[in-house]
Amino acid sequence: MKEFIEGSRAVAEAVRLCKPGVISAYPITPQTHIVEELAQMVAEGSLNSQFVNVESEHSAASVVLGASATGVRAYTASSSQGILLMCEVLFNIAGMRLPLVLTCANRAISAPINIWNDQQDSISMRDAGWVQIYAENNQEAADMHFIAYRLAEDKNIMLPVMVCMDGFILTHGIETVDIPKQEEVDKFLPVYSPLYKLDTATPMTLGPLVGPDYYLETRYAIQETHKDVLTLLPKLAADFKAVFGRDYKNLLIEEYRTEGAEKVIVAMGSVCGTVKTVVDQMRAKGKKVGLLRVVSYRPFPYQEVYQALKDIPKVAVLDKSVSLGGYAPLAVEVKAACYGKKKTPKVISSFVAGLGGRDITVESIEEIYRRLTTKEVNLDFIDLKPELLKEKYGQ
Amino acid sequence: MKEIRIHARAGQGAITTATLLGYAYFLQGTYAYAFPHFGAARMGAPMNAFVRVDSEPIRLRSQIYEPDYVIIVDNTLMRGFNCFAGLKDKGVAIINAEAGLELPRVKPTQKVFIVPANSIAQETIGRPLGNTALIGAFAAATGEIKLDTLIEAVKQKFGSRALEGNIAAVKRGYDFIKGKA
Repeated sequence: MKEFIEGSRAVAEAVRLCKPGVISAYPITPQTHIVEELAQMVAEGSLNSQFVNVESEHSAASVVLGASATGVRAYTASSSQGILLMCEVLFNIAGMRLPLVLTCANRAISAPINIWNDQQDSISMRDAGWVQIYAENNQEAADMHFIAYRLAEDKNIMLPVMVCMDGFILTHGIETVDIPKQEEVDKFLPVYSPLYKLDTATPMTLGPLVGPDYYLETRYAIQETHKDVLTLLPKLAADFKAVFGRDYKNLLIEEYRTEGAEKVIVAMGSVCGTVKTVVDQMRAKGKKVGLLRVVSYRPFPYQEVYQALKDIPKVAVLDKSVSLGGYAPLAVEVKAACYGKKKTPKVISSFVAGLGGRDITVESIEEIYRRLTTKEVNLDFIDLKPELLKEKYGQ
Repeated sequence: MKEIRIHARAGQGAITTATLLGYAYFLQGTYAYAFPHFGAARMGAPMNAFVRVDSEPIRLRSQIYEPDYVIIVDNTLMRGFNCFAGLKDKGVAIINAEAGLELPRVKPTQKVFIVPANSIAQETIGRPLGNTALIGAFAAATGEIKLDTLIEAVKQKFGSRALEGNIAAVKRGYDFIKGKA
């Protein structure tokens, strides 16, 4: 049913429909409303799940790790410093091939402390082995949870999935979301039956010490499985459409008005909605511009991104995070996707915007298209305030 | 597309105001995107809530800089901020204040309405929370939302304890603008 609902509540409704047996989380802005809502559902009895209160995100992640290892569908959510505190456990979850789903309500990282949105938290978990998908709006954020469990629990995958949604912009944004019926979700998402589980009747060890003679293969196996995710996501999109009617194409990338485009912005998450608005405005004035939205950041769909960009003369990559001291995280992937090919964009410029909640406006996007010229630029920060950069340290 | 910007302090119910307006638009069959922006993220700190409305699903995610409508929940904010910044030429501003408030000069095409929403709320709800009176005034001043739709939105979003007073506040705010109060 279509509801006018806050993003966090829509996600909580979606998680309820997935029927997790165990939920554990520690509240942190802007993730709080999601887990508050779930705790309320459990307290009221509308969700038959065990909600484990913990004293930190490290424990929350550890609880869902343990729950998942016993063969139960489990869920957690976090943001920012919470994701960082989970870091050690997140690597373990992927290494143990546990099919958890985590919602990352994207927020900036301290210091300085900042509760507002960028994507530094999930991007910083890039190498953990988790699948990472980025929602543009709240319908997608909710729907991605059904897809995430289905993907994670596929016996050929068995990897955790992080659903990333921009903090405040989506989590606290109230808009129309179609919340599906339980029968529909049940049709799409079968009951979880684990391949292996911790069970006193048939004891086994999960996540043991592995020496140099085995470790390399465990990492290779995860790398190979990420390739399988790239094949499975388009199939899940088709299955999803068959049940729910909404078309997410291939769940890897979304091309928006890229046909015949001279300039294309590549971006992830809710800012893509703003870019689409600007694309429409500029196209109406005859400017040949478009957007390439990356939906799956891990695994990164190199082939699809290359195919989408190979005929585009000028490409701008918009990052909402940085890799301090290096090129921006999305930009390096786009450049890698095009490297060494015969036909490539002439220019792939890299822009950084929106860190710590700095509003990305229509003008910010227009400025990126303006600065995207034949002269390639790297790490060009949009909307910097020059007056704030004049102060010298120690004065 | 229509855009509404609400000026308030954190804790004054601006998100509820934005939600109710957005929900009323939703009930009328249009798409709305209601969202907050917190300044210092502390109770009492200046904050904004926004509502963007369109016949298509909203994709634009930036804050609102050139609103069609401005609602000022706390008029003390007018001392430190230009709450009218970017207001469209034919824009409408609704200010929660008692008569006699000193107003900045606006363009002749712009309209400003002063509504004693806190007094109305004190009488109807028993607390000086003027939000529902303000959205009643908004509906009357702009013609964007039908009074019945707004009341329906309030019915869906409020618990039974606060419901009656808030419906009365919506009506009083509406009637104040219509000159029936």
